[in-house]
Amino acid sequence: MAGDALIEMRRVNKYYGKLHVLQDIDLTVGRGEVVVVIGPSGSGKSTLCRTINRLEPIQSGTITLDGRPLPEEGRELARLRAEVGMVFQSFNLFAHKTVLANVALAPMKVRKTHKEAAEQRARELLERVGLAAHADKYPAQLSGGQQQRVAIARALAMEPKALLFDEPTSALDPEMINEVLEVMRQLAREGMTMVVVTHEMGFARSAANRVVFMADGCIVEDRTPEDFFTAPESDRAKDFLSKILKH
Amino acid sequence: MDVLTHNWSLYGKGLLGTVELTVFASLLALVLGVIMAGFRVAPVGSLRAFGTVWVTVLRNTPLTLLFFAVLLGLPRFGLALPFNVFAILALGCYTSAFICEAVRSGINTVPVGQGEAARSLGMTFGQTLGAVVLPQAFRTVIPPVGSTLIALAKNSAIAGSFSVVELLGTYKTLNELGYSIIWSFLWIAVGYLIVTLTISALFNVLEKRWGVAR
Repeated sequence: MAGDALIEMRRVNKYYGKLHVLQDIDLTVGRGEVVVVIGPSGSGKSTLCRTINRLEPIQSGTITLDGRPLPEEGRELARLRAEVGMVFQSFNLFAHKTVLANVALAPMKVRKTHKEAAEQRARELLERVGLAAHADKYPAQLSGGQQQRVAIARALAMEPKALLFDEPTSALDPEMINEVLEVMRQLAREGMTMVVVTHEMGFARSAANRVVFMADGCIVEDRTPEDFFTAPESDRAKDFLSKILKH
Repeated sequence: MDVLTHNWSLYGKGLLGTVELTVFASLLALVLGVIMAGFRVAPVGSLRAFGTVWVTVLRNTPLTLLFFAVLLGLPRFGLALPFNVFAILALGCYTSAFICEAVRSGINTVPVGQGEAARSLGMTFGQTLGAVVLPQAFRTVIPPVGSTLIALAKNSAIAGSFSVVELLGTYKTLNELGYSIIWSFLWIAVGYLIVTLTISALFNVLEKRWGVAR
């Protein structure tokens, strides 16, 4: 894996004012790897996810994507972001556009794809997430789970090298979580590189290659799911797992 | 009543002048206002600074003073234009500061996540603003922009003092002809109402068509 790293973070530090939210983070995500980031709230896992496409700038350290360092704000950064899809906790579908237009917009604007081709591709992707019948609806007319699946289709429309998931199921009703996780499992099986911040331990166990456990801005453990869930090394992780797994 | 019927063409010219000033200055104000609002939320510091200075200077200068500055100032730099063009420039720039702030407040009502989603897809600042943020901001800024343009229509009366043919200015001629001041002004007021109520009606339609449904 070492020779084929897609995302590399080296000694990354980030502060919100005096709060040191990311402390000397080192993380490598190989091509085709699924890395699940878990940890208590406030541990910096969402921030970690958002620094990878520079929605959150960092104060020190380096982040490289496919061997290229993240550029500063500007066109170069936009080009790089196009190669890394992101799925948000609150879906963030464009409220004024139909489902189809949501998926087709970025390819048309960023890749200059023709409207017909972009919409054709959008319909295929909606088919893939099981929402082809809803193409002409507006986001507000869909359930949370459906909206999140559209958001995944929208991210896939740019044919990204990697996908970042920032708590994709945290805003969903329990019965809708599975439909989203199923789409994500499918992507994982197809070899998509994914960084997933989540509280879904079942997903972490079944789909992840590695589990990264964060607490207080540091990566505490970085291991395979079996190792992590059956024999956590740190007290912090033991404590966390005992709280969430026994209830 | 005689004032109106005897002076149709005078009133007509005045009203036409006011409508012209209002329409062209409105267009200028809308274009400049949206551009300045874009500047004020841009990631580039110098654009933000330019937008802030633009708004601060124009919004805090009395309009009459601005008319003096434009009509007396610009010709000194060799820029000789018809007076009504100068008036449109002054009115349009002045009002653009208010439009800018209305549009910016609309931009602020669009959830941050909308812009983040657009940027995460690789859209540039301009694309994010143009395709995602402004169309959603537009819905909330219809009422304040309507108010601002109504204010512009009424502010156009100042141009009359600078030899531009417009509605309020007709009173001077009428007065010299010996007509009753009260009746002259009453019909002038009706003229302004025609313009402002038209703007109101236009924005009501826009709001029905595009406004945020609640």
